[in-house]
Amino acid sequence: MEPSVLLTLVFTAMAYGAIAVFVAGVAAKLYRYKTTPSPLRIPTTPAPISPIGVPFRIFGDVVFFNSLFKGNKWTWIGGIVFHYAFLMVVLRHLRYFFYPEPGWVMSLQAAGIYAGILLPLAVLYLLMRRTSVDRTMFVSSLADYFVLALIFCIAVTGLLMKYYVRPFMVDVKGFVYGLVTLNPSAVPFEPVFLLHLLLVFTLLVYFPFSKLMHSGGIFFSPTRNQCDNPREKRHINPWSPNLGA
Amino acid sequence: MAKVKVEVPVLTGSTVFPVMKEGATSGIKSHLAKEKDMVALGFPGALLPDWKERAVERMAELLKKYKSLQVYLDICVKCGSCTDKCQFYLGTKDPRNMPVARQELLRKVYRRYLTVSGKVLGPLVDAEDLTMETLDEWHTYFYQCSECRRCSVYCPYGIDTAEITMAAREILDAIGYGQKYITEIIHKVYTIGNNLGMPGPAIQSTLDFIVEDIKDTTGAEVELPMDVVGADVLLVTPSADFFASPHVESLAGYAKVFKQAGLSWTLSSHASEAGNFGMFIGNFEVMRNVAKRIREGIEIIKPKRLVHGECGHAWRIAYSFWNTLIGPFDSLDPNYPAPQHICEFTHDLIKRGALKLDKTANDDFVVTFHDSCNVARGARMGNMKGGQFVIPREIIKATCNKFVDMAPNTIHEHTFCCGGGGGILTDELIDVRIKGAMPRMNAYKAIKDSHGANFFALICAICKAQMTKVFPYYGYEMEEVGGVHQLVNRAIVMGGKEGI
Ligand code: SF4
Ligand code: SF4
Ligand code: SF4
Repeated sequence: MEPSVLLTLVFTAMAYGAIAVFVAGVAAKLYRYKTTPSPLRIPTTPAPISPIGVPFRIFGDVVFFNSLFKGNKWTWIGGIVFHYAFLMVVLRHLRYFFYPEPGWVMSLQAAGIYAGILLPLAVLYLLMRRTSVDRTMFVSSLADYFVLALIFCIAVTGLLMKYYVRPFMVDVKGFVYGLVTLNPSAVPFEPVFLLHLLLVFTLLVYFPFSKLMHSGGIFFSPTRNQCDNPREKRHINPWSPNLGA
Repeated sequence: MAKVKVEVPVLTGSTVFPVMKEGATSGIKSHLAKEKDMVALGFPGALLPDWKERAVERMAELLKKYKSLQVYLDICVKCGSCTDKCQFYLGTKDPRNMPVARQELLRKVYRRYLTVSGKVLGPLVDAEDLTMETLDEWHTYFYQCSECRRCSVYCPYGIDTAEITMAAREILDAIGYGQKYITEIIHKVYTIGNNLGMPGPAIQSTLDFIVEDIKDTTGAEVELPMDVVGADVLLVTPSADFFASPHVESLAGYAKVFKQAGLSWTLSSHASEAGNFGMFIGNFEVMRNVAKRIREGIEIIKPKRLVHGECGHAWRIAYSFWNTLIGPFDSLDPNYPAPQHICEFTHDLIKRGALKLDKTANDDFVVTFHDSCNVARGARMGNMKGGQFVIPREIIKATCNKFVDMAPNTIHEHTFCCGGGGGILTDELIDVRIKGAMPRMNAYKAIKDSHGANFFALICAICKAQMTKVFPYYGYEMEEVGGVHQLVNRAIVMGGKEGI
């Protein structure tokens, strides 16, 4: 077998493998979060007093990081910049997944570049915060540094391709789009690109087993997703519904 | 009892980030539970020989029963937002008292035995074997948490360390490694009916005494009825209100309010305890067993309304959990909330002009209000958001001329715990309690220095007990601590009813 064919085979297999682990892993976790019962009402003040308020509260925490804002402004600003830069970069990458590219994805390209530059800086800022405050330093461990390092490397290899090695975009798109359409095509032999891919696969596989599950878990946090009306509406504990049971 | 060494922090009026001192309170442990108390609660009397397997099993069970535990053990990103929010960290400087570090004590064992990554990668992902040292660390630091939920407010995902503390305590109980103070008290409730262990006749005689005392000191004729079948209102209150100071003064306040309202009311010797330490050990069955007496009290007395006295954790359970535990309250009059807080009750009367209050009776006082954390973050009052902050303050303002609030980042949902809640109100933990009270005391000192505050009003039996104990250590008079209904008791003008 020719080396380039072998390489394509390996990367195609890894890509599907990583995506499978990611999807199955995240789905399994979310399923568990969803189906684990909440025996009691435990919303934290200020909680909405009717169910209508719940999505608004969660929206505030997911989109604006409201609770973090109350807790620590410096981490908040770092967190906001990091997450939105990450989001922009991911959206920018959608151009590789569609043909023809949707207009809105193309219109994000310029902003996506800035986000791409901001992303590693935000990671460095978060790293600096983590190590410069004795409290966060104390609670941080290998896993926390690992994710930061991983995302940093993904961002940097990405930027390298944008500004330095510049692989053939047509080939890159060909490979990614081939994966999307289940019609695998040759992986471009460009070490930086291959490294970039490997790191992304690592992130995907690592995701469901790590704290990165905060992204889905937040929607299931009982202190945030319950409303404060226990006197008006009787909450039933599913595993012990009746008195004297 | 051996004298415990204490170290009282110096108050500066504002609480700053401490310089961390590893292991600062690692040696302060609550006493292990006694066999007879554990057995009475349905737990093993002593540490099981196969405690390790049993502990992991119990954790796995809890993970299937509590969404909070499952989600919270997984999703903490160690952002650090909670690290400077716990009064026990701020006061003791021990980094293990940072909420996230406290959670990690349980999390590392969770990872090791119950997650794929922990089983495979072990220490690389902070997974750690469960050892006897771990158990002792749990027994130390999960009993230096008052389950006040302050950390949860500031966590981007609402991670509630109280839920984790409860789970850890449940696991410890399940393997026979409980805590003396809490289990002893629940045992008293099981056998006698209240936390103080006062049988009905003893309660009756203290009530008679209090009635006499109120008459002698204020000239007011009030009643403290007990076990009156068919009374309009059943009052359920912490048993400390029958006995402890300053709690009794609030009881006198309730009695006067009921009298002015012209309602028949009663206490119950069967449902003689609003407190429910089942919450502190997080065990659903125990919590429900304790709460069951309230349901039985309702069946015995057959009241139209259920009113609840001043108590923090008890109000959280009553407001947030009773309906689940012992509801629905179909036999009660649906026109009133069930249960109704005594502050809601009094506030309603004040709003309707049904109480005559002489504010000058409290002119000696510059009053400030401590939002008890279980009320502030775990329950509510009234029919609006934040009612638990507004209603007690409105009552206070109606009973005195001088009210001032402490600094905004120490009140409402940001309130600091008194340092004695959650099942740690026991002598061997006094050093931790004193230090845990420090942020609250600092806020009080600040308002004292700037506005001359000299009355620390609150609505929690545990806070009252804790603060009267802790105030003298900080050089303040214990008489500065009192209930909201203590102010009502002083200001209310008996007799002259004005259009109820
Ligand atoms: S605030 Fe929440 S996510 Fe951040 S470290 Fe504390 S518990 Fe973890
Ligand atoms: S619940 Fe309260 S006492 Fe416990 S860790 Fe959180 S802030 Fe500290
Ligand atoms: S005793 Fe009071 S301040 Fe302390 S935990 Fe309970 S409600 Fe909160």
